[in-house]
Amino acid sequence: MAAAAITRDDVAHLARLARIAMTDEELDHLAGQLEVILGAVARVQEVAASDVPPTSHALPLTNVYRADEPRPSLTDDAALAAAPAAEDGRFRVPRILDEA
Amino acid sequence: MSELTLLTATELADLVARREVSAVEVTQAHLDRIATVDAKVNAFLYVDTDGALDQARRVDAGEVSGPLAGVPLALKDIIVTKGVPTTAGSKVLEGWRPPYDATIVQRMRAAGIVVLGKTNLDEFAMGSSTEHSAYGPSRNPWDLDRTPGGSGGGSSSAVAAHLAPIAIGTDTGGSIRQPAAVTGTVGAKPTYGGVSRFGLVAFSSSLDQAGPCARTVVDAALLHEVIAGHDPCDSTSIDAPVPPVVSAARDGDVSGMRIGVVAEFKGSGYQPGVLARFDETVALLEEAGADVHEVSCPHFDYALPAYYLIAPSEASSNLARYDAMRYGLRVGDDELRSAEEVMALTRDAGFGDEVKRRIILGTYALSAGYYDAYYGQAQKVRTLISRDFTAAFERVDVLVSVTTPTTAFRLGERVEDPMAMYLADLCTIPSNLYGGPAMSVPCGLSPDDGLPVGFQIMAPVQADDRMYRVAAAVERLLGSDRLLEQAPAL
Repeated sequence: MAAAAITRDDVAHLARLARIAMTDEELDHLAGQLEVILGAVARVQEVAASDVPPTSHALPLTNVYRADEPRPSLTDDAALAAAPAAEDGRFRVPRILDEA
Repeated sequence: MSELTLLTATELADLVARREVSAVEVTQAHLDRIATVDAKVNAFLYVDTDGALDQARRVDAGEVSGPLAGVPLALKDIIVTKGVPTTAGSKVLEGWRPPYDATIVQRMRAAGIVVLGKTNLDEFAMGSSTEHSAYGPSRNPWDLDRTPGGSGGGSSSAVAAHLAPIAIGTDTGGSIRQPAAVTGTVGAKPTYGGVSRFGLVAFSSSLDQAGPCARTVVDAALLHEVIAGHDPCDSTSIDAPVPPVVSAARDGDVSGMRIGVVAEFKGSGYQPGVLARFDETVALLEEAGADVHEVSCPHFDYALPAYYLIAPSEASSNLARYDAMRYGLRVGDDELRSAEEVMALTRDAGFGDEVKRRIILGTYALSAGYYDAYYGQAQKVRTLISRDFTAAFERVDVLVSVTTPTTAFRLGERVEDPMAMYLADLCTIPSNLYGGPAMSVPCGLSPDDGLPVGFQIMAPVQADDRMYRVAAAVERLLGSDRLLEQAPAL
């Protein structure tokens, strides 16, 4: 499977998924670049046969457990110190629901 | 320049331990050098004068000690430091002062290392030149019109320009080794999991690894031992003894060692002068008693395409955390826009071109309908590359190649051509995909342009000591710990 042609609409869809509000100019520029890059990386399709297992991680990973005991952590003030906006000991965020 | 800034970390630590100079004097000499020279190379994003002098005073008071106590260090600005600005080279984190220290920062402080400040990098370590930093590129002390490599070009230029004898870098696809190669310095990527990632701002979590940068192999090994070892705060941290890297670096005996030259990493696309220096170095190792073979690793040619699917895929997920809600930049919050709109405006304003390119590429590779053909295939290639390493290490003890195909390229030369930029990592990526340690040591100047060439050594997982042994041999055979004496004065 070769890389498909990438249109501005394709990039606009990806930018929506990635929550990046790109301008039309950025979308056009990126569409051309993405097509070149995908054409180059599509080479991975040449080699790996169906009997090759995928590797997601360099080391064999097992879950790590620890005792469920309370221990010192960040204070509210330290956690909120870098917040763009805070109120009453909480993060203040823009509206989430569709209310005017 | 103060003579103190010409000394190695080993020499400085020795002088401080014998109380011939104070850690404060050593620190001040480096701060003075930064004040006069850093404007030329732009290695530092932030200089922590007060914090550095405080730590130096603690060393002089005997409150902290270790083999590198009193030695100043430059810290790549992708490692979080409590109360000290940490940007990862991005506008999205401008002004952020983290509420905690990375594990490696805690270990270095406890060992008496003096952190001078935070060094420049390509945004979120995505790049090979520092030109993708939101704060302007760093420059190569050998030629100020050229890149000091990337992403850790701030750390490599700081070490090469004698602003610090040692530095910390991070290596996801070569970001410690390629900058070391093009600046005539030493850089090592430890075994994945050998050094804690707790407090390393995440780019590609299955590949990211912090490691040492230095002007000598022993200095790199000493720093390696300070930062390495199991950390309960990182679930991918290896719970096993740290390989004996310092003793291997001091020994440097390669007689009887089986060294494999990677057959795939030469030929067209490689600068002739780089290959010439590499071949000479291999011949010297053979004369020193090493048993040299050519080894084919047929899937290494597919490492670059696999990497540029895996790393952007992981990045697209990791960088979702920059959501304008809890820390970092927030743009367009006018009390009317929704959280989602504010998020999208912030991410457009806060991320640079390369970061957006990789997030979009990763989003594509992971999306329904393309996942199997791209991300899934790349993960299979990762298996094949690991098998190549495993098969090679049945025949040889280490693999060697050039670190990067060319010497330092000119700033501006590749920044508009992403694929040309990506080729700088051609030879360094396989070790990241496999997880084994790899390092770059200088092997002279290329006869065609007089710029430094890097010699790469790749070793099996948890055999980090083997690469230090070979690197020490190269350094000794070529006298390459003195290579920087040939760099132009700044």
